[in-house]
Amino acid sequence: MAKRVGMEVSIAAAEAVKQANVDVISAYPITPQTHIVEHLSEIVANGEMDAEFFCVESEHSAMSICIGSEATGARSFTCTSAQGLALMAEMTYIASGLRLPILMIVANRTLSAPLSIWNDHSDVMMIRDCGWVQYFVENGQEVYDHVFISYRLGEDRKVLFPVIINMDGFVLSHVIEPIELIEQEKIDQFLPPYQPLHQLHPDKPITMGAFALPAIFAETKKAQEVALRGAMPKILEVWKAFGDMTGRYYHPVETYKAEDAETLLVTMGSIGETASVAVDQMREEGRSVGLVKIRLWRPFPFEALKQATLHAKNLVVIDRAVSVGGPGGPVASEVKAAIYGEPIRPSIYNFAAGISGRDVAPFDFIKMIDKAEIEIEEGNKEGFEIYGVRE
Amino acid sequence: MMENLNVFAVRTLTQKEYFAPGHRSCQGCAEALAVRLVCKALGRNIIIAAATGCMEIVSSPLPFTSWRVPWFHCAFENTAAVASGIEVGLKVLMRKGRIPQKKIVTVGMAGDGGTADIGLQALSGALERGHDFIYVCTDNEAYMNTGIQRSSSTPFGASTTTSPAGKTKMGQITWKKNMAAIAAAHNIPYVATACPSYPMDLIQKVKKAADIKGAAYLHILSVCPTGWRSAPDLSIKLGRLAVETGTFPLYEVEHGRYHLNIDFPKLKPIKEYMKLQGRFRHLTEEMIEEIQARINHDYEQLRERDKRGF
Ligand SMILES: Cc1ncc(C[n+]2csc(CCOP(=O)(O)OP(=O)(O)O)c2C)c(N)n1
Ligand code: SF4
Ligand SMILES: [Mg+2]
Repeated sequence: MAKRVGMEVSIAAAEAVKQANVDVISAYPITPQTHIVEHLSEIVANGEMDAEFFCVESEHSAMSICIGSEATGARSFTCTSAQGLALMAEMTYIASGLRLPILMIVANRTLSAPLSIWNDHSDVMMIRDCGWVQYFVENGQEVYDHVFISYRLGEDRKVLFPVIINMDGFVLSHVIEPIELIEQEKIDQFLPPYQPLHQLHPDKPITMGAFALPAIFAETKKAQEVALRGAMPKILEVWKAFGDMTGRYYHPVETYKAEDAETLLVTMGSIGETASVAVDQMREEGRSVGLVKIRLWRPFPFEALKQATLHAKNLVVIDRAVSVGGPGGPVASEVKAAIYGEPIRPSIYNFAAGISGRDVAPFDFIKMIDKAEIEIEEGNKEGFEIYGVRE
Repeated sequence: MMENLNVFAVRTLTQKEYFAPGHRSCQGCAEALAVRLVCKALGRNIIIAAATGCMEIVSSPLPFTSWRVPWFHCAFENTAAVASGIEVGLKVLMRKGRIPQKKIVTVGMAGDGGTADIGLQALSGALERGHDFIYVCTDNEAYMNTGIQRSSSTPFGASTTTSPAGKTKMGQITWKKNMAAIAAAHNIPYVATACPSYPMDLIQKVKKAADIKGAAYLHILSVCPTGWRSAPDLSIKLGRLAVETGTFPLYEVEHGRYHLNIDFPKLKPIKEYMKLQGRFRHLTEEMIEEIQARINHDYEQLRERDKRGF
């Protein structure tokens, strides 16, 4: 039987990396990702896991080592946050361009300046278009589960993409939660050893990382775009298989009391759990509100999002990052793009909330919904604001 | 004697080419020659991690490749880290029995820019971690791929597109970074300098580097007629002059012990080397003297190290 134990989410993530039989781990410490690397180095030092662990001299090299090891056919893992992710940004594009199914956990944290170690999504939004599959998880169990899901998906020969699991820094990384650990035999069945399609080896010499002239580059970009979009059925299939094994079924977009709601909150990441508390409170007061949570960020689930939202009158989209000088928050941009072509579509009001770790409590969601409903009523149908700023 | 050995012994080398002909380097490119010789020395059981730069661009326009050995280009500044990853990947896969046990040499290859400037951090990390690999820096003394810009390996006085000779400045105003010494300071088992004008010496050093367990660093002076503004048919001669003038001495540092491979009792004047290169054309007599003094000093220092052994 699966065991349910209380543990820090970072430790659960490290345990999952162990259970996934990762071959190479290469990382550089940064708050709030540190506990994952620390625990992994302990696991390897204790001989609980047969892997090569390298605490290297920078995140740029951490990702570069993963790129090199993955190219030989070794299952590779790294994790980082904020400045570290920024430093490896260049490499994230190369990893996906070369179709290397590395797994990276990002313990999301604010990008400087001002320097801040607290949680929001500004780090990963910087590399939004890097061509990785990207999940946003809501709790520790989802982090743990998605380590296996990610490798099974990324390494599938019909997919071959690196995967990012976004988990909110501190809010998830440093809290203790009950985690249901899966038996090793089940994991080994779900996730057999990686069988690369191509690997660097003298017995079959290949060239990887050739350069492309304009006459051929567009074709390579299209191939990548088609493949990442085309990964959607596999994403669903892997989630289904995982659900059949554990009873925990995941979907690109989750809804909560949304079917008949006039106003829908749209969230991504761990604030979804708090938002559901707000929805319950408002429902008790007779308000017609519900919740839509985005779990899959790339490839973006346009269809699922439409299905979940088109019936509503108002969407209140909560972003955890700001596209400075741009259209507001990145999630709202995607939601708008998803429903733009529909003849009848809800109005959208966009808040950036919980910027750099500012608390977002249930009453904050209620305030945001109140404000959005009034604004939309008054004709401001595409508004954006940063919530809770002291002026 | 050395001269003759080099001329005839080359014919004993394998005819096999792993860096295939037909690549797009300029006429007289000694960097391409260096790479070709390194590959000949190592044979087929290698994996190359290459940096962005001339050698990458001339050899890998999709969908073509000049590489008959596994070759991986990732980016400009992380060659040593990528090579580390390859070495580690092979090691763990062999240990776990997922690929057969066999000796495969991992080689990192980068230019002077990719080594001494932007790639220095990744290189230092890889040398410090002690990966079992060879790092080859092909030093043509500037960023040639992007149009002859200065690097920290460009010699004092050389005119490049970003250290031009003008009314107030006479080309590069800093002295060439001593990369081999920096590599040796990491206490790795093997460091050597080489030049394709001395092919047998180069090949022996590459083979030695491959046999040694741990990290080995090779710094190869690679004449670039395009960037040095020299005649393409003079590349071999220029490499020899670089050595004969003491500008680029050939030596090894084995477990910290210095050994000068070819010592000249009397060095040729550097003017003989410089006058064949357009990049030094603007230099005044005083500047050449200043450079000569520095070269004499550095060479003397190296000689002493050779005598002392460290
Ligand atoms: C991060 C980054 N910065 C700049 C460049 C542009 N760039 C590509 S190759 C190169 C110079 C290469 O010089 P070197 O390493 O000496 O090799 P060479 O071409 O001279 O053989 C530069 C500046 C790049 N590709 N990546
Ligand atoms: S520019 Fe110099 S190094 Fe580059 S291919 Fe031409 S000769 Fe060789
Ligand atoms: Mg160069």
